[in-house]
Amino acid sequence: MTQLKQRLVQLEVLRYDPEKDTEPHFQKYEVMCPEEWVVLDALNAVKETIDPTLAYRWSCHMAVCGSCGMMVNGEPKLSCHAFLRDYVGMVIRVEPLANFPIERDLVTVADDFIDKLKRVKPYLIPKDPKPIEQGEYKQTPAQLMKYRQFSMCINCMLCYAACPEYALQPKFIGPAAITLAHRYNQDSRDGGRDERQEVIATNEGVWECSFVGACSEVCPKAVDPAGALQQVKVASTIDWFKEHLLPGGSK
Amino acid sequence: MEIVEADVAIVGAGGAGLRAAIALAQTDPTLKIALISKVYPMRSHTCAAEGGAAGVIKKDDSLALHFDDTVGGGDWLSDQDCVEYFVNEAPKELLQLEHWGCPWNREEDGSVAVRPFGGMKKQRTWFAADKSGFHILHTLFQTTLQFPTITRYDEYFALDLLVDEGRCQGLTAMEMKSGMIKQFNAKSVIICGGGAGRMFPFTTNGAIKTGDGMALAYRAGVPLKDMEFVQYHPTGLPNTGSLLTEACRGEGGVMLNKNGRRYLQDYGMGPETPLGKPQLKTMELGPRDRVSQAYWHEVQKGNTVTTPWGECVLLDMRHLGEKYIDERLPLVRELAIAYLGVDIVKDPVPIRPVVHYMMGGISTNTKAATELPGLFAAGECACVSLNGANRLGSNSLTELLVFGKAAALSAIAHAKSVGPANKAALKAQADASQARIRELFLRTDGKESMSGLRKEMMDTMEKNCGLYRTEAGLQEAVNKIVELRQRYNKVVLHDKSNVFNTDLFQVLELGSMLDCASALTVGALARKESRGAHQRLDYVERDDKNYLRHSMAYYQGQDTARIDYLDVVITKSPPGVRDYSGDHK
Repeated sequence: MTQLKQRLVQLEVLRYDPEKDTEPHFQKYEVMCPEEWVVLDALNAVKETIDPTLAYRWSCHMAVCGSCGMMVNGEPKLSCHAFLRDYVGMVIRVEPLANFPIERDLVTVADDFIDKLKRVKPYLIPKDPKPIEQGEYKQTPAQLMKYRQFSMCINCMLCYAACPEYALQPKFIGPAAITLAHRYNQDSRDGGRDERQEVIATNEGVWECSFVGACSEVCPKAVDPAGALQQVKVASTIDWFKEHLLPGGSK
Repeated sequence: MEIVEADVAIVGAGGAGLRAAIALAQTDPTLKIALISKVYPMRSHTCAAEGGAAGVIKKDDSLALHFDDTVGGGDWLSDQDCVEYFVNEAPKELLQLEHWGCPWNREEDGSVAVRPFGGMKKQRTWFAADKSGFHILHTLFQTTLQFPTITRYDEYFALDLLVDEGRCQGLTAMEMKSGMIKQFNAKSVIICGGGAGRMFPFTTNGAIKTGDGMALAYRAGVPLKDMEFVQYHPTGLPNTGSLLTEACRGEGGVMLNKNGRRYLQDYGMGPETPLGKPQLKTMELGPRDRVSQAYWHEVQKGNTVTTPWGECVLLDMRHLGEKYIDERLPLVRELAIAYLGVDIVKDPVPIRPVVHYMMGGISTNTKAATELPGLFAAGECACVSLNGANRLGSNSLTELLVFGKAAALSAIAHAKSVGPANKAALKAQADASQARIRELFLRTDGKESMSGLRKEMMDTMEKNCGLYRTEAGLQEAVNKIVELRQRYNKVVLHDKSNVFNTDLFQVLELGSMLDCASALTVGALARKESRGAHQRLDYVERDDKNYLRHSMAYYQGQDTARIDYLDVVITKSPPGVRDYSGDHK
């Protein structure tokens, strides 16, 4: 059996325990890692063999559970999808996701994001409710494709860590939550758009977004929140014109 | 200690727990529901399921056929009353998910699409590309957000059940961000804690799948059923263990040995079917136990490919073409490229069997009730005896819906039937639970390290409890687990912080896994036959005379588990021959 190539990986990891630290600091670790490993594997090696006190979240190791978002050399990444081969010859600096309060070490407080998800009513509000005995709501593949991309969000919060608007204005509902609202708005089975517009078409909603597009760049699932927000803006503008310029309003 | 009063507490917020929560909230809006999980709901491992969920929907299919496939697939260890209930409820639950917005793949006419899956005689697996579990989990989670009576306790680690007057009346759980322990008084408790695949070193299971829910019930005296049945998924990436869904084969992928031979035909699953035209219930669409076991034989024959990550066979999907692969298997393509550097459009991908699913778990009946009044369980942590000795792919996503709902309805009925609690007794138990954690915190004489013990456990399980087992190996495993459980009492914490103390949680998780491993190893040693996923080199035949029975493991403190047996419920399908030779005879 051939052996995998190994190398010594140097990490600088942000540490913060509110029970004993007045402010965060960096701690250096060195671990031997096979070249094919990801940053999360290196952290696990540190935790197992050097420092059991290091705290971070992780689970699936396949970029779908969304637990292990961290800043890796300044960029929001899933640490299970940040490959050591992309950081050859450099110290890897690992920090908790930007724009969120630090709970401990690499663990952030996610409450704000979770609250925002709930506010946009991210569930189907049926256009024409019927009992399940009457079978499925028909939806053609073309109708499915209209929203499918926006349903791929794993709630990893990388887009919030990348968003310059969220950094300045924490009230901004933000990329993932607005995208999720848009996902339901675009679903042919749904009739809840008006209810969601009350939340997402406000100043705290899409109009806060300056369309920098950083969210889409860091999204590990190619959901393209920036594209979703742009679509919401266009649709909201059309609403406004209908309401204000057409005789009798839009309804 | 803070006390939270609830009507029903749910431990675990994956597919089963969320489905239960919705059923509770919809059935009775006056109920106070506490949904407790050590992770945020969308981190639950349901998200990693790929292929789809089985339920009869097409005209050429029938409930009887789904029943037959499931019972035969389970090597007749399934309880047939349970299977009958399940196949009947399955389509309703999948339609319900559709009504909640699940983005199922569709036919051109707008009806839901289904795909072929292993061991199924008809196409009945509903799917959302190869991210079915992900979409099911998020659909359920998002749906729960409309119910104000569901109070979530995200990142709370469940510690102990509170059992008084012969019934379960709540639990203790630690808020992970503060280290505060809370007492949850509940008239009914539903455990939906998932599987325990992390007992093994090479698994598709996420880090959180450490059998905590199983261990909670087990320590409270509820038996774990059929724990020796561990499913190996035939197609895992050889380095990370990441799952490449069975849909790879359902869509037409084939398994090759190093000589390019479709070797499954040599193990009772032939003759060979034409390339790109998968035939149901044969060759690559055989059941997971048989397909995984064929790999083991290929290794013995020297027919496998040697890789840096061990012996492999090849999964070849090139003939499906890029367009079809991107439509049906986008995640598989992405995973194989990212973690192994293999593009399935251009090359066959090396794979090997990987620990995937626990058929066994908390013993429940068809109403999702355990032996302990007030305690219910659903999902992978439970053994309702749907899956028998070998689960068919795509039955488990449906299972967590069907029995998550059943657990909720049973929990409501129980909650309405019970009288007031003896609060002093519950508080005393909660205090004892807190004292147990405090002892662990304050322990200074410990010499054992968590990661050291964990590694020894994993190595033992892999060496002795794998695809093929022997008396000597299993005895070694039993002894080793006894030893590790003794040494576990001397494990010492390095981290003494109250804030998100992952050192502590890993120690607790190791305790859960060791308890599950105890039940597994003792059950496997006692079952002197080969059935489904439990294969013994020293007892190669199925033995219906002695072992057409469920093994029931009872917790005995530091001693090894006590094994008892329970008859399998047979209603209409007497044990027969599992035939995966297709239509060719």
